[in-house]
Amino acid sequence: MRDYQGVDGYFGSYAVVAVLLAVGAAIFAGALLVNRLLRPDHPTEAKLTTYECGVDPVGDGWAQSQVRYYVFTYLYVVFAVDAVFLFPWATVFAAPGFGMTTLVEMFVFLAFIALGIVYAWRKRVLTWT
Amino acid sequence: MPELLEVAIRLVVIVGAFLVLPLIVGQMEHKAMAHMQSRLGPMYAGGFHGWAQLIADGVKFMQKEDVIPAAADRTVFKLAPAVALVPYLVVLVVIPVGPGLLGVDLDAGIFFVLAVMGVGVLGSIMAGWSSGNKYSVLGGMRSAAQLMSYELPLVLAASSVAMAAGTLSLQGIVEAWEPWWLAWQAIGAVVFFVAGLAELRRPPFDMPIAESEIIMGPMTEYTGMRFALFMLTEYAGIVVLSALTTVLYLGGWQGPLLPGPVWTLIKIFALAFVVIWVRVSFPRMREDQLQRLAWVGLVPLALVQLALTGVVKVL
Repeated sequence: MRDYQGVDGYFGSYAVVAVLLAVGAAIFAGALLVNRLLRPDHPTEAKLTTYECGVDPVGDGWAQSQVRYYVFTYLYVVFAVDAVFLFPWATVFAAPGFGMTTLVEMFVFLAFIALGIVYAWRKRVLTWT
Repeated sequence: MPELLEVAIRLVVIVGAFLVLPLIVGQMEHKAMAHMQSRLGPMYAGGFHGWAQLIADGVKFMQKEDVIPAAADRTVFKLAPAVALVPYLVVLVVIPVGPGLLGVDLDAGIFFVLAVMGVGVLGSIMAGWSSGNKYSVLGGMRSAAQLMSYELPLVLAASSVAMAAGTLSLQGIVEAWEPWWLAWQAIGAVVFFVAGLAELRRPPFDMPIAESEIIMGPMTEYTGMRFALFMLTEYAGIVVLSALTTVLYLGGWQGPLLPGPVWTLIKIFALAFVVIWVRVSFPRMREDQLQRLAWVGLVPLALVQLALTGVVKVL
């Protein structure tokens, strides 16, 4: 029964988060509801064309374009996966009995990330093409 | 029952702060930016120095027609402002303004905050893609690229504080904080704040919006209430970033004489002022300069901070 009453326990604290999420959704819905009650609504064909830059759009909105940033996505995925492991480690690394071992481990970890960035840099990923 | 009531009161306060603080920051931006540029800014609404300008704007937005372009992907287009806005409200639940004065104290505090803040950028990408507008797509792509590049220094800098405090809980971090951490974590603080600015797409990192080249980026096609919610998102983001920097690096509620929550608010508004100041002072960075700053500047600095934190903590 105890963890059924509000903020106690793991699920209790995330229940509060869930409630706040629901409140957020309600604020969004409420704002749009008020908007719906107060606003005019006269769609015309001209009004519903894509605004773009003020001139009538040419071609499709989902036009092809070269995405130059996709390499950064690879870089990010590689490093972010590493970085996530930092958090559980960060809470215990200075605990008694670890000390020097974890410190050395940390430098190994930093060396891996730094090596990755140097590699990307040498491969000229970071310069504009 | 009293427990539920207490939780309810906390949530009401959080929602109130979420709706009021961004407006104060917005008004502060109006006035501070105006005076920095030798203008007066809003002077009429509300009588005294235009204090009610943003409320007037809100009332106006409320009565605006909601135009959804025929070419847009309707469902995604309609949802995007919510995806952008709600995460910043959810983040506020774990930010302590005083000892015990917070929504809930999650064990995974920092981790939760970073994860949820990352979701906010999705709103911008969704808006960009669903608008059916070439400029919006470009803006959305730039948002995505910016998130990719700046999330890493943000995570590294934040984990440095977690190492120093030995906990991920935000409340625990403020309790463990001591004034000399200002010097110890200084690099991390700067990296976190700059990366946070970039993630909020605030000038000088507003390449995704860049009104002089891609109109208004992902928000180009938005009108009325949905556009207003995007604007609210921007200022809520400033509040959240300032609050997080306060809690992680500036000791949150700690300070002499004044009560804790007052200190928290002072620090938040001081940082919000810096955000505005930076906007007025720096020209917009080009996309490649922006990426370079992240990978060649901030990430190595964050790694240096990690090494420094580890060495000082263990030795």
